[in-house]
Amino acid sequence: MTDSHDHDHGFAHPVSVKLLLSVFFSLVFLTVLTIVLNDLPLGSADIVIAMMIATLKASLVMLFFMHMFWEKGFNVVAFLSSLFFVSLFIGFTLMDTGSYRDDIDSFPEDKQPAPRVPRTAPGVSSNDVRPMPPATLVEGSISPLAKPNPHVRL
Amino acid sequence: MSTVETTADSHDEHDDDHHDHGEFIAHHFDSAEQQFDSGKLGIWVFLVTEVLFFSGLFVAYTLYRYHHPEVFVDASQFLDKVLGGINTVVLLFSSLTMAWAVRAAQLGNNNFAGKLILITMVCAAAFLGIKAVEYSHKWDLYILPVSYYNYMEGYHPEAETGGIAGALNISKWLVTLSMLPLLCLALFSAGALFMAATGKRLMAQFMLALAIMMSGYFVGAFAGQTYQNWHEANLAAEEHAGDHGHDDGHAAESATAGPDSTSERPPQIGVFFSIYYCMTGLHAVHVIAGMAALSWLYLRCLKAHFRPDYFGPVDYVGLYWHLVDLIWIYLFPLLYLIN
Amino acid sequence: MSATPQAQKLFGHAEENNYLKCSSGIKSWLFTLDHKRIGIMYLIGVTVALFLAGIFALILRSELFTGDENFLTEAQYNQMFTLHGAIMVFAFIIPSIPAALGNFVLPMMLGAKDVAFPRLNLASFYLWMFGTAFLLTAMLTNGLDTGWTFYTPYSITTTTAVIYATMGAFILGFSSIFTGLNFLVTVNTMRPKSMGWFKLPLFIWSLYATSIIQILATPVLGITLLLLIAERVMHIGIFDPAYGGDPVLFQHFFWFYSHPAVYIMILPAMGVISELISVYSHKKIFGYSFIAFSSVAIALLGFLVWGHHMFTSGQSQLVTLVFSAITFSVAIPSAVKVFNWLATLYKGSIKLVTPMCYALSFIFLFGIGGLTGLFLGTLSTDIHLHDTYFVVAHFHFVMVGGTLTALLGGLYHWWPKMFGRMYNDFLGRVGCFLVFVGFNLTFFPQFVMGSRGMPRRYARYDPEFEIFHQASTIGAFILGIGILLAFGVLVHAVFFGRKIGGNPFGAASLEWQSSSPPSFHNFDHKIHMNAPYDFGAMVYDEEMDTYIQRDFVTPESPEVPAAEPTKA
Repeated sequence: MTDSHDHDHGFAHPVSVKLLLSVFFSLVFLTVLTIVLNDLPLGSADIVIAMMIATLKASLVMLFFMHMFWEKGFNVVAFLSSLFFVSLFIGFTLMDTGSYRDDIDSFPEDKQPAPRVPRTAPGVSSNDVRPMPPATLVEGSISPLAKPNPHVRL
Repeated sequence: MSTVETTADSHDEHDDDHHDHGEFIAHHFDSAEQQFDSGKLGIWVFLVTEVLFFSGLFVAYTLYRYHHPEVFVDASQFLDKVLGGINTVVLLFSSLTMAWAVRAAQLGNNNFAGKLILITMVCAAAFLGIKAVEYSHKWDLYILPVSYYNYMEGYHPEAETGGIAGALNISKWLVTLSMLPLLCLALFSAGALFMAATGKRLMAQFMLALAIMMSGYFVGAFAGQTYQNWHEANLAAEEHAGDHGHDDGHAAESATAGPDSTSERPPQIGVFFSIYYCMTGLHAVHVIAGMAALSWLYLRCLKAHFRPDYFGPVDYVGLYWHLVDLIWIYLFPLLYLIN
Repeated sequence: MSATPQAQKLFGHAEENNYLKCSSGIKSWLFTLDHKRIGIMYLIGVTVALFLAGIFALILRSELFTGDENFLTEAQYNQMFTLHGAIMVFAFIIPSIPAALGNFVLPMMLGAKDVAFPRLNLASFYLWMFGTAFLLTAMLTNGLDTGWTFYTPYSITTTTAVIYATMGAFILGFSSIFTGLNFLVTVNTMRPKSMGWFKLPLFIWSLYATSIIQILATPVLGITLLLLIAERVMHIGIFDPAYGGDPVLFQHFFWFYSHPAVYIMILPAMGVISELISVYSHKKIFGYSFIAFSSVAIALLGFLVWGHHMFTSGQSQLVTLVFSAITFSVAIPSAVKVFNWLATLYKGSIKLVTPMCYALSFIFLFGIGGLTGLFLGTLSTDIHLHDTYFVVAHFHFVMVGGTLTALLGGLYHWWPKMFGRMYNDFLGRVGCFLVFVGFNLTFFPQFVMGSRGMPRRYARYDPEFEIFHQASTIGAFILGIGILLAFGVLVHAVFFGRKIGGNPFGAASLEWQSSSPPSFHNFDHKIHMNAPYDFGAMVYDEEMDTYIQRDFVTPESPEVPAAEPTKA
């Protein structure tokens, strides 16, 4: 990293080509590694390992490609704070949804499985092919969502 | 009109190459450094908003994976690790060239920075080409968002017989997806010829670069399709070789043996693909936006705008581009590598 | 006054060069990058939105004058309250103080020439226009009857124009993000080197805290609405239980944004009040750093309490308890602010001019609004009060009694700076009185109704509630007249008001060092740095009819006593 400050470029801090290339090859190596590890029987640890490798890759990109290594402290804190709020979002939501998940999973079974639209293209003319919930869903339904709605309008 | 005139004299307005000091410093900044610092903080904060924008999808992913891990194991087998891996490397390489372009711009080497940015643009388009092959293959098999999901074990789409799809022996969806890039390629090529004919060298060069970028899409699509064909030929050969061709290599099929296993799959498998399409689709939109921003940078490199005290735009777009890469770095293991 | 050479020396000679006159023609406004003009355009825009949604409110209240059908069917009633809510929240309250007042004042308070990204600022305004246009399209095509919260699964199945409306809210979200991003960067990088964090006016602190919320929370609204659109168009099964989706998840997504968003609405108002209270008490703000940090604390705590909107939505008990407990903690920084304002008033030389009247009514109304929030944060009482008029009244006490009151107060405070003219103070105070009385008459009965079990969002009701509803309707019309009068006085001042000098109120923050109206570059002279609440540094100059800095009083001119200007 010393050679990145070898000249005076004002507020520009060019990163040396050598560093850029070595970061790139480390990233490729880690990518291959994570694919190879994925085929090994690691049990439930595989997600942890995969996410650790991904985080390692992300750190390399952030530190050197995104110059975070030389960045102003305020900017680093600003960016990393976003991760804190994302984890807050995931954490609270995950903490909650478990308690009623069974109701949701049993909802289609209680009411018949969700109808499928056979053999149509995604996205096209969805106005016409909105799947109609079966009649049992409509009568005596417990919630308004089961109302038939043949025409989804904008 | 003095309002407009006095304030609009910053970035884009100036015409050519007189390099007096502070050419690109907007009137309300005191110094180039203040302008750079403002832009830098601005782009970091913008990246924060991007992270939170994607966070909703990560929350949805986490929840459904947490509650239905088996569905995710089952579903991710439909995603091809090799194509995903190639795309990862393509994006990583584009990140390298982008970071290198920032260095070149910081050193004031506009010519080299332009070339590196062009490589980045081509990689971005190639990424989309490979993605298009992946998408079209799934659409052929009716692996779609939950309400349209209708995959059946052992179903092979009939080969297209008519039209371009038949002639090239590819999916009609791939043809559909490639129409817009083809149109862009034609427009940019024509534009390059027209500009060259009317003697506007700089614009001709720019249009040529755009055309090269679009052809990157076709390189990606061709490579992806070639791999896909080879892969399917392999699978078919295996199927012929043994009675239980399902067992090796294709865990999805081994997981649910039997001809009509559709009904045995939990309905939530479609939700996985809903999330898959939302995540990769939103990511692809960001790639496209990045391509537009990179094209703008390329034009400015052609005009030799960047100097050691003015390289902000390259840096800012670079940061954005690395974020697109960062998100893919997480999407790849989350979607493709589930065991 | 401004003709005197000394006034020119102190405030510049912007009489002929001010931002309103320096260029003309419609294009010079539509394509302007000047933060002051963008602020004025925003002000006009949000005022139109306010009046539009206000008319909806009056239609709703008229329909509710009796318990039977008067002139709206149930379906029309549903559409009416939805549009009232959606336009008020997304197109009026969220941009009102930051984008209209803040745009004008923030760079000037920092002594800067403009915000950091003027183009982004203009883009933000046009996104606001587009987003509002989408909301209006929804209104003019199929209407919208989901409530402003777009709860699934109803928003997936209703036949009304959900997609237009969500697109509108999505675009307005980006407008809000751009404003927040711009302000945050401006505060960080555009202020003079000698202006440390603790020399910022408190309005800046509150806008800074608001920006943090806008940046962190609004993108989540964006993805929520995109997923809702995808759900509606092609049933991706993330929120739709018919396809294995989780409808309560939508509420989590929505409130992760929308709870912090209510702090986007109230924090800038608190900042305005901090300015008004100290200027019109002519006394240094009490507990500066407490007020400053309480803004940031509210912003951050705002992210931890969203579940209190979902106590009855099937949320798990553990989460409910956690959210309830954290909800109470928001009361602490809010109370810190109120106590500091009261302490500032104590022994101040209070001038009961129009902005101060608004500031005092803010403290009163916000106090009620905040305290009733505690009932709703308490689990046991919330089960009873949830989805009743009690919630409606609480929300309006904070949003109308709080934000709208502060907006009016702030407008009266900075109006002379914006247009260089003084308003009619007597009529201003009459307007304030009508707003205060009308507001209380409208919403106080709703607390009573709600605690007696009147549900919200119902077009018909039992006769026992009639007396409260009628009081409320009468109050709403008084409130409407009050707001009309308030804006009428302001508009009148633009054309017929008495011309005033640069600093008619003796305020010490930097924006008052420019001429009124400010010149295009805000300051024609070198800014004289002084602490934002150091009112002792300001003396009244009779000749110029304005306050000037004590340092500028030349030795030969006789010392003017700092007290008692004849007019405020």
